[in-house]
Amino acid sequence: MPAKKTKLITLRKPVQIVGRGILFFIQVLTSFRPSLKQLKAILSQVYFIGTRSLVIIMVCGFFVGMVLTLQSYLELSKFGATDSVGTVLALSLFRELGPVLTALLFSGRAGTSIAAEIGLMKATEQLSAMELMAIDPVQRVVVPRFFAGVICVPLLTALFNLTAIAGGVAYAVYIMGVDSGIFWSNMLSSVEFQRDFMMSFWKSLVFGIVATFIAVFSGYFTTPTGDGIGRATTQTVVVTAVLVLIFDFIITALMSWT
Amino acid sequence: MRPQHNIEIMAGLFLLLGVVALMFLASTATDMGSKLGKEHYRVDIRFTNVGELKPRAPVTIAGVTIGTVKDIQLDPESFEAMVALDIDVTFNQIPADTSAAILTTGVLGDKYIGLEPGGSPDVLEAGDEITITQSAISIEQLIAKYLFSTNTPGDDE
Repeated sequence: MPAKKTKLITLRKPVQIVGRGILFFIQVLTSFRPSLKQLKAILSQVYFIGTRSLVIIMVCGFFVGMVLTLQSYLELSKFGATDSVGTVLALSLFRELGPVLTALLFSGRAGTSIAAEIGLMKATEQLSAMELMAIDPVQRVVVPRFFAGVICVPLLTALFNLTAIAGGVAYAVYIMGVDSGIFWSNMLSSVEFQRDFMMSFWKSLVFGIVATFIAVFSGYFTTPTGDGIGRATTQTVVVTAVLVLIFDFIITALMSWT
Repeated sequence: MRPQHNIEIMAGLFLLLGVVALMFLASTATDMGSKLGKEHYRVDIRFTNVGELKPRAPVTIAGVTIGTVKDIQLDPESFEAMVALDIDVTFNQIPADTSAAILTTGVLGDKYIGLEPGGSPDVLEAGDEITITQSAISIEQLIAKYLFSTNTPGDDE
């Protein structure tokens, strides 16, 4: 009998967190009021979340593009098919690497800082102070960060893809001597707007929602101690990584069915 | 007030940069780019066999790409493949008696359509059909023919 009871208790916790997450998600969505003040708050969060992540996204993108080109060049040269290096680069970037790596980098760079910031606000009782002043902390603190993140991730993904292609071109054309016309024309003829470009866009939108929501959620419901904030930032990265990879498979499966 | 001002400018710059990147990617790295800003006219060709030819394969004259294959369908009555081409309007002086062949890049490369201009003073217009065609060469059929003819040497004479 006691064994059964402990089993139920260990099962109760994760289910409770999932339920809390869904309710909080609905609360965040319904707390959005399209006012000028709210938009200004979102814009300044776009600076802290998006503009500040620009450098890491672009540097990583450039090197991912270079290494992807190098790896595929080495294999393709065995078949004398180095002309399709642009195709391999663009397809793997648009379909998988661009959205996934951007979401992971974003959660490491911006997600952790959102979680720590909100967690610290909670630990220093700023959130309860707002509630005492009849200011809704969700509307004031969570909503601008959430929507700024959802806007930023697709744009960061586009910039990641762009710099990765630039890195690929730099390596393939200027170092390995692939003809630049062949490189571009192969890429152009094999990347479809509907299938590949839109897949990149939808994925990055969903990943943006997932990454930013996990960050605000684990910050908002953190244990209000130094230890708790530390755990919240770790949780942000771990849960985001797992969920992004799960959603990646689901979206790919759904989009390739139709 | 000033730092807030700077933050807004930087955020605006980031948003602009992101949107420009999206547009640039859509137009230069996908097939949107080749469709935008160019006018095409449609020409049909009938082949008895298109082989591995696929939509969006290039159409060339003298090795220069002048258009793409738009779609490939089967004529339900004559059982021929009907290939629709999108040809760039800048090439509007193609003679009407031009012949078309399905060619291969390299030994095992992709299929494309090569046009061989004729000498007629009339030019191809939108909706016209190219009648002189040469179908795709199927390596399997060539091998089968070769095997068949060597197995029965007396057949040809």
